[in-house]
Amino acid sequence: MKPPAFSYHDPRSIADAVGLLASLDNAKVLAGGQSLMPMLNMRFVLPDHVIDLNRVEGLSGIREESGALVIGAMTRQRDIEFSDLVRGRCPLMHEAIGQVGHRQTRNRGTLGGSLCHLDPAAELVAVAAALDATLTIAGKNGVREIAFADFPVAYMTPALEPDELLIGARFPCWSRRHGHGFVEFSRRHGDFAIVSAAALIEEDAHGKVTRASLTLGGMGPAPLRAADVERALIGEKIADKRLREICEPLRRLDAVDDIHAPATYRQQLATVLSRRALLKAHERIAERPRP
Amino acid sequence: MSEQRSIAVTVNGTAYEKTVPVRLTLADFLRQHLRLTGTHLGCEHGVCGACTILFDGHSARSCLMLAVQADGHDILTVEGIAPDARTLHPLQQAFHEHHGLQCGFCTPGILTTLIELLRDNPEPTEDDIRIGISGNLCRCTGYHNIVAAALDAARRMREAQKELHV
Repeated sequence: MKPPAFSYHDPRSIADAVGLLASLDNAKVLAGGQSLMPMLNMRFVLPDHVIDLNRVEGLSGIREESGALVIGAMTRQRDIEFSDLVRGRCPLMHEAIGQVGHRQTRNRGTLGGSLCHLDPAAELVAVAAALDATLTIAGKNGVREIAFADFPVAYMTPALEPDELLIGARFPCWSRRHGHGFVEFSRRHGDFAIVSAAALIEEDAHGKVTRASLTLGGMGPAPLRAADVERALIGEKIADKRLREICEPLRRLDAVDDIHAPATYRQQLATVLSRRALLKAHERIAERPRP
Repeated sequence: MSEQRSIAVTVNGTAYEKTVPVRLTLADFLRQHLRLTGTHLGCEHGVCGACTILFDGHSARSCLMLAVQADGHDILTVEGIAPDARTLHPLQQAFHEHHGLQCGFCTPGILTTLIELLRDNPEPTEDDIRIGISGNLCRCTGYHNIVAAALDAARRMREAQKELHV
């Protein structure tokens, strides 16, 4: 199997990359290559131009900025995995990234590549939804920001114009005493999840939930925030029996039916994995030292 | 005629300058242009792990990279693991002794993957090894002997390291 013939471009700056995108027809952006390269090898995509971002300056790095982690689009998944900043301030992302592919793919795969490929079951996509990430996008008319919630427009289709490039994402951090849980079910370690659940909670001194985020990946074309469950959790004390009741309505969510699992199976997973992720988040609050 | 580019790349310590089609994968470059056929191609879409090489010291699937992307970079393939033509690397020796391979097709990818793993984590548990090679498919061994070989190699490499420091 060989990639089809294309012209290769390896710009050194964001401006040059955007300029190429604006001037070339049928161009594909190459980030870590862990999805685009298989698609090229199998000729699922036939671009006339490949714009390789691997030599563009200023697209990678992880920094903390006014209560959020700002991560460049070309930051390797490996660098996220081993970042103390991510482990300390966005532990949900740390937990999720260990389940993204394998060491060999995380060494090359990037944050931006995963978010733009937008596989509905991808772990980083679910994390971006869970943390209400904001994406920074460069185009020929300048830079704009978009809430991650508005980024998926259809199955594996991000809200990017043909001349636009994702350059980074901002992940607001939760309080130092929040709890997190990322749980997924997949047939083999490293596979995309059949369903994943990402939970974040904060509790008051009496153990009552004051803030909650619950995201399901793999159910439909984009990760789904379970807003009804998030609301129902406020004021509750997390306990297994009560969580079963609160998570039960997730069984009625729409879910895809495909070769990997029937919809009813995904709906069952949604209830079970949500409960497990929330319990994990709650237990982790208890483990954290009180200020 | 497909677009071409000149690249300079170091493979197993040897510097090469070659002109390659831009659509050539790194795996095909190693096998067909450098005749380093130790890097195997199984699935050619990033699933089987047979084509794993070390790119600037980090394991990567060479079927998912273009040769032009290697310009200016350093690559280690299975041919570069042993210290010389007569001596096996401790990891290779352990695979030999533990029957860690049968047909040998997956072995180059597993060895390169484990070179990185043992470098970063000299005291791996069995779980670390199993997760570490979860991106490498072997259809012969059932993995048991591979895991045993990797654990034994880790022990030998630790002991060799200790002797160096005595």
